[in-house]
Amino acid sequence: MSWIYRTAAEQAAALAAGEVTSVELTQAHLDQIAAVDDGGEGVHAFLHVDADGALAQAMASDERRASGSPLHELDGVPIAVKDVLTTIGLPTTCGSKMLEGWVPPYDATVVAKLKAAGLPILGKTNMDEFAMGSSTENSAYGPTRNPWDHTRIPGGSGGGSAAAVAAFEAPLALGTDTGGSIRQPGAMTGTVGVKPTYGSVSRYGLVALANSLDQVGPVTRTVLDSALLQELIGGHDPKDSTSVPTPVTGLVEAARQGGTKDLAGVKVGVVKELAGDAWQTGVMQRFEESVALLRQMGAEIVEVSLPSFVHAMAAYYLILPAECSSNLAKFDAMRYGLRVTPEGSPSAEDVMKVSRDAGFGDEVKRRIMIGTYALSSGYYDAYYGQAQKIRTLIIEDFKKAFEQVDVLVSPTAPSTAFPIGEKVDDPLSMYLQDLATIPANLAGVPGISLPSGLAPEDGLPTGVQFLAPVLEDARLYRVGAALETALFEQWGGQIVPPAYKEN
Amino acid sequence: MSDTLPGLIDFDEVLEKFDPAMGLEVHVELNTNTKMFCGCPTTFGGAPNTQVCPTCLGLPGAMPVVNAKAVESAIRIGLALNCEIAEWCRFARKNYFYPDMPKNFQTSQYDEPIAFDGYLDVDVEGETYRIEIERAHMEEDTGKATHVGGSTGRIHGADYSLIDYNRAGIPLIEIVTRPILGAGEKAPQVARAYVSALRDLIKALGVSDVRMDQGSMRCDVNLSLAPKGSKVLGTRSETKNVNSLRSVERAVRFEMSRHAGVLLSGGSVLQETRHFHEDDGTTSPGREKSDAEDYRYFPEPDLVPVAPSRAWVDELRTTLPEPPAERRARLQASWGYTDLEMRDVINADAIELIEETVAAGAAPQAARKWWLSEISRRANEAGVELASAGVSPAQVAEVQQLIDEGTLNDKLARQVFDGLFAGEGTPAQIIEKRGLALVSDDGPLLTAIEEALAAQPDIADKIRGGNHKAAGAIVGAVMKATRGQADAARVQQLIIEKLA
Repeated sequence: MSWIYRTAAEQAAALAAGEVTSVELTQAHLDQIAAVDDGGEGVHAFLHVDADGALAQAMASDERRASGSPLHELDGVPIAVKDVLTTIGLPTTCGSKMLEGWVPPYDATVVAKLKAAGLPILGKTNMDEFAMGSSTENSAYGPTRNPWDHTRIPGGSGGGSAAAVAAFEAPLALGTDTGGSIRQPGAMTGTVGVKPTYGSVSRYGLVALANSLDQVGPVTRTVLDSALLQELIGGHDPKDSTSVPTPVTGLVEAARQGGTKDLAGVKVGVVKELAGDAWQTGVMQRFEESVALLRQMGAEIVEVSLPSFVHAMAAYYLILPAECSSNLAKFDAMRYGLRVTPEGSPSAEDVMKVSRDAGFGDEVKRRIMIGTYALSSGYYDAYYGQAQKIRTLIIEDFKKAFEQVDVLVSPTAPSTAFPIGEKVDDPLSMYLQDLATIPANLAGVPGISLPSGLAPEDGLPTGVQFLAPVLEDARLYRVGAALETALFEQWGGQIVPPAYKEN
Repeated sequence: MSDTLPGLIDFDEVLEKFDPAMGLEVHVELNTNTKMFCGCPTTFGGAPNTQVCPTCLGLPGAMPVVNAKAVESAIRIGLALNCEIAEWCRFARKNYFYPDMPKNFQTSQYDEPIAFDGYLDVDVEGETYRIEIERAHMEEDTGKATHVGGSTGRIHGADYSLIDYNRAGIPLIEIVTRPILGAGEKAPQVARAYVSALRDLIKALGVSDVRMDQGSMRCDVNLSLAPKGSKVLGTRSETKNVNSLRSVERAVRFEMSRHAGVLLSGGSVLQETRHFHEDDGTTSPGREKSDAEDYRYFPEPDLVPVAPSRAWVDELRTTLPEPPAERRARLQASWGYTDLEMRDVINADAIELIEETVAAGAAPQAARKWWLSEISRRANEAGVELASAGVSPAQVAEVQQLIDEGTLNDKLARQVFDGLFAGEGTPAQIIEKRGLALVSDDGPLLTAIEEALAAQPDIADKIRGGNHKAAGAIVGAVMKATRGQADAARVQQLIIEKLA
């Protein structure tokens, strides 16, 4: 069995047992990338592959192992990083022409943590431009293809990280989740993705989409692997004042506990507002089966209503554009990134205008315009102000719900992966992909998505999402691991894209 | 240069017809070791773009962290200005595009300032004016642009611009007054007195070096006129970056005359920003119409709210310096100045200079004399503030000590000041170099006296005959012969002794 088909925990155990070296592991993943990641017809999960850098890190890791001083349990296990996180010496484009060729002089805190733990970084993964989108079609460098069906989208914005993990190009990846950009691609590609509690993982070095919503999180093939990665990247960061002082702990332990399939005493709330006729039949069917499994494992299932969820989408599409319109103002061609100089003797303002017009894609421009409008004098109260009130109501809804239940559950996304090109001219329909994932970002609560099966009608992966109270990420891992274990028993292991099954 | 004006109106005529209203916005650069939102040093004068990091350069992904020392300074300024201190406040983004702004938004405070509702009492010619403070808030400075080429030194018309981001992110406190009404003819002096008092207060707090000439304190002057007796404020102009106390006074005076000219010719005052010209004391329209711009303020999502505990605020309250009015009264009593003398000292902005000179050993009257005569004259000639005239309080005290010891007289002392202004070294070095010391040895003086008496025997006879007044001519001759380096009283004494 090739090493790439093993989970990160298995790869780490094999490294510890001396059964494999980090160089072998890293090379195996680089070989898989070379085999499947072609930008033409392949997955195109990576925007930049750093083979030399990854192998050098792997070699250093092997030396540490040989001298008996690994830095971390995952020392030597390779990882892919979403191209929205800054990396010294590696390009960071955010999927935009605006940052083509920009090489940051500093590491994001999470990247520094990966390096400090000895994980070789394979490269940077594709994404919707500045993380705006749900299909990775908004990348200025071409879409990523879903390993389950290359004619379909892998979800977004972190389609690159999810596809890389699904196609065995990496055992682990980092994603970022502003409204579902880790969880929805997880559902589309049959992988696991976690959005940790807001503030529990540093955002320093994450090129902000919407600062009050963004969170870095793990993208993996199993719940346990996510727990290992989240524990590694989490913790207070003095460089991020919104980072919480209390570390979120006990995640790996919770995942192992969940593996025993004992959910006695756990109360699970099915969110009334996140279901209905608009949801794809197969998605709902697999969701209901998952809920039934939870009940079988001893969980108490109740239906709960979070009435403000119906306004979440509207609030999100005011708060996010408002923040991003301001965040993206720094891309003005004055200091770094794309600069287009019009003919004649242009002023600095002319250069800014022309460069921004050339550097940003349509979705980015759309959101900058919406956000600029929403913050304008005379409209602020009606739009941004109202949206913040809805946000407060959603936080209240979560509070009340978590007085009744330990975790909430819903399908992750309303449908399975759709064909590339289907929704590019229909932004509203694209936005609805994040219906179920957005409330967690507005409230700062943690969420996990894991595969619930394949929709009978199209054979594509469906996802189930759990949400927990702020700082109670461990609950997600316990319940998620229990469900995963039960499902793997039914399936005889994890679900794998047919074209990527090991021969 | 000023633009075409519809005619300036004589100041007295302005006051007959209009009531002025002023609003002063003062920016103070704090003297924290590090910037407002990152750990970069704040030292003035570093090589361009050497005191920068991802955060103050606005690189993608970088995040701000609030400088606690800056918050402390802001609270102390607020308390010294008798303000309420917010129990909870946030930073806000002020969004606008400008090449010297790394993020194209300035992290500032908007509707939740750290300090609000205070006042500062200032004295103008024995009358106390209470200046109400609307707010004092924290923000970051922008980078510094140098526009090369073009005639104006401004961005329009320049060939290219250089930007130094060392200044980007330096902590600023902006202190905004409520409209200052009822100052009438004293408006220009009240404005100056307020900025002066504010500067003294902040200096006493030790939170800024408040050097207007270096830009660590900058003043924007808002002014409007209303028809006499009207309760409605007129349209205001905002004159930016008025950078000396004298300029504050002049800017108010000029704008009053200009507004009156516009209004009396049937025009209406434009709400606009204006530039002040140090050379001729006029203002001209600025290009940016800041009032028309929409800054799209919203709370800074990368920063958590600032919530100073009441215990901390109370603790900071105990660190406040003596209030300026009390301090002035104490100093006046201690120096034995008359009210008139003290007023002159205040107007000349010389309190601190005199305080330091006295502390260095000079008698208060002597200190006052030098700062208000010789040094003031030279500062005015050079068009600089007294503190920047080129002489330090320690040097003034040293010169005075040499006078007290008999090494110099006033006339020679003035030559020492010449040397100080010319940068020729310490007073001792200048005396040495220029050969200025008084001749204290009687020998050379007696020789000179004998020569003078021999040259003017008729005068010698008059003195011998008891006409001591006649000795003046001999004293003059001796002074001439010693190039002023003789002690005239001693010469007189020697002449009398010799001929008696």
